[in-house]
Amino acid sequence: MKNGAIIEVSGLTKKFKDFTAVDSISFDVKKGEIFGLLGPNGAGKSTTIRMLTTLTRPTGGEAKVCGYDIGSEAPKVRQHIGLVAEKIILYDRLTAIENLRLFGKLQHWTTEAIEKRADELLKLVSMDEWKDRLAGTYSTGMKQRVNIARALLNEPDVLFLDEPTLGLDPQTTRTIREFILDLKKRGITIVLTTHIMNEAEMLCDRVGIIDQGKIVALDTTDNLKKIISKEEGKVLELAVANLKNEMVEGIEKLEHVMSVSHLSATEIRIHAGHESIDEIVDVVRKHDGKILNIGAIEPTLEDVFLHLTGREMRDEASEKIKTPHSGPGSHFRAHSTSRTR
Amino acid sequence: MDVLEALRDTFQIAKKDLTEFVRDRAQLISFIIMPIFMMVMMGYIFPSQNSLKNTPLGVINADKGTVAQNLVNSLKKMKLPDTDNKIFKIKTYGSVDQAKEGIKGQDINGAVVFPSDFSDKITKGEQTNVTLVTDQSNPQVSSLMTNMFTQVVGEMSSATGQKKVEALLTKLPVQKQAPGKAVLNINAKAIVKPFVLKTQGVVSGKPNYFQFMAPGIMGMVVIMAVMMGLAGSIAREKEMGTLDGILAAPIRRFSIIFGKTLSQTVRGLTQGVLVLSLAILLFGVKINGNPLLVVMMLILGIFSFVGLGILVSAAVSEQETAMIILMTLTFPMFFLSGTFFPIQQMPAFMQAISRILPMTYMVEALRKVVVLGATWPAIQTDVIVLFVFGLVTLIIAIPAFNRVITR
Ligand SMILES: Nc1ncnc2c1ncn2[C@@H]1O[C@H](COP(=O)(O)OP(=O)(O)O)[C@@H](O)[C@H]1O
Ligand SMILES: [Mg+2]
Repeated sequence: MKNGAIIEVSGLTKKFKDFTAVDSISFDVKKGEIFGLLGPNGAGKSTTIRMLTTLTRPTGGEAKVCGYDIGSEAPKVRQHIGLVAEKIILYDRLTAIENLRLFGKLQHWTTEAIEKRADELLKLVSMDEWKDRLAGTYSTGMKQRVNIARALLNEPDVLFLDEPTLGLDPQTTRTIREFILDLKKRGITIVLTTHIMNEAEMLCDRVGIIDQGKIVALDTTDNLKKIISKEEGKVLELAVANLKNEMVEGIEKLEHVMSVSHLSATEIRIHAGHESIDEIVDVVRKHDGKILNIGAIEPTLEDVFLHLTGREMRDEASEKIKTPHSGPGSHFRAHSTSRTR
Repeated sequence: MDVLEALRDTFQIAKKDLTEFVRDRAQLISFIIMPIFMMVMMGYIFPSQNSLKNTPLGVINADKGTVAQNLVNSLKKMKLPDTDNKIFKIKTYGSVDQAKEGIKGQDINGAVVFPSDFSDKITKGEQTNVTLVTDQSNPQVSSLMTNMFTQVVGEMSSATGQKKVEALLTKLPVQKQAPGKAVLNINAKAIVKPFVLKTQGVVSGKPNYFQFMAPGIMGMVVIMAVMMGLAGSIAREKEMGTLDGILAAPIRRFSIIFGKTLSQTVRGLTQGVLVLSLAILLFGVKINGNPLLVVMMLILGIFSFVGLGILVSAAVSEQETAMIILMTLTFPMFFLSGTFFPIQQMPAFMQAISRILPMTYMVEALRKVVVLGATWPAIQTDVIVLFVFGLVTLIIAIPAFNRVITR
């Protein structure tokens, strides 16, 4: 392991037939950090996680996890990692404790050690009260808590979490996020994927922005946001009572405007040079627009994504369709409805 | 140590599968109902002699004399062997056409026609005939009835013949050298029926279609249970995502496969034993061979199919697709392997196909043991074929599974 990197990825590629899901990505994860992969649906986040956890064989490149090659030393890798995958890994017809016992046995632990560890973990995720109920009777949030406990059974050095708050209610989401920060304090390195930008901002020390299988930027969230201000950009929010398409098109055509996106039926967000405010106001006036509000706001990671890829972070399928979305810190559009498991 | 660990992992996976299974009420119920349904259905599709009791039979008696009436009376009294059940329920019709309508309306399963000169011709010593009108829409009953009638009419006809010959013999001139009863050395029975056929089976008891089918059905149920169970359970875990959990655990890939195979084998065998018990209790099937050998053949049969099951589960990722593929694969196989009909009844090319199907050898061996009470030497070839087939498919399947699973 060089300079404290617990995961080293270089040129990692995965092709499904002709389609390149992960396109030669390279990055390091430092020991003890929370590393995030942020990207829209279909960006290749899960595929990357699956390769790093030895569940999918890469078609190119290489990676080391905890010092072991994910190809030739896969069994070693498996011993040192925990996985919270896209789908919850729990058997519905087993109770929480039975699930943990099973996965503990598969780690080749002694019965006493398993019982002790399982008890500890169930208390940690506040599920010990329900440990003798069948997992099938749990809410998604309860399942996810037990699922995380399961992933921690072997005291992993690295915990992989693939969209760990997907489909959870806000309350549970908060609990899980706090729990992830807690795990970091215990010294566990965490790799998580998300399509929710404030989740990445809130949890991750460093974020790799991934789009169409490529990492387009990788840095701390603060540094990523500086990408925008460095180029003397500003992010403006504009509210017009009678917002029309011609106004938006007019603004998009302005020289200093880099991108425009809808927030709601009356609000748009503009990434533009500072000197362009006048021009923008002119455009709106020209179309008899009634400006309700205009102001500069703190750039978010979505602005960064928009700036880097020229696209909004959302489902590939709906790329061409402009639909209003619900404002800063929101989910990306494709995911704003929670997925059911 | 390593082997022991792998075995423990295998056991854990199997135990998990079985726990899940017994807690799934819907699956458990169909697991018990299916073989019962299967056996009962088969029992009625293929009727035995017993199912002929009180068969409605039409009679068209145009005979002016009394011989036909006597025959009808004895038909009425006929009972199935070893029971009190009458074979026929006689209904009288005025004409053949009416009787045919009766068959069409399913009022009767067949009809006998006695011509008007029946008695007359018999008295005159001429040959006459009895016509049986059969119901072609029910080939099973109709062929059983034809057989029975051939026998009945044959018996009656030779009895009549015998009487006539006896009468003739008394009229012969008495020969000098052998006075008195010497002439009666010529037996009337022997003239009418110079020889009779006696049958003797390899084992005691009458051959019965159910006895023939039960071993095949048992084999089929077990193979279906294991193949479907294996592919279904792997596909389900793929879909649910739990397979990733065991794949990410530090265990060997073949522990996963063998664990799943073990659980499905336990399931399949339980079902097989259920089928066999039903066959014994409900349909009077008798195991003439060693029951342990039956179980061993079932296990070997499962072994020979596991590779195929794994290949299918490796190839597809959805549960339904796995089921469809297995269905299309196994159904023709069951028919071609002589589970329902003897292979000898099939055209040559089908027989050739059946010779390369492992199922054929499994059914054959099971049948030999169950029906004929065969022991090791008789089933040696079957055992070797099954073992080799299983080994070869496994050698192909396991690496294929390992590759595909990390695709
Ligand atoms: N097994 C597979 N076969 C074919 N295509 C796949 C497979 N798995 C993923 N993909 C495709 O690869 C792309 C990346 O998928 P994924 O890694 O799941 O994205 P994310 O997790 O970022 O949403 C998607 O377009 C997806 O359709
Ligand atoms: Mg994903």
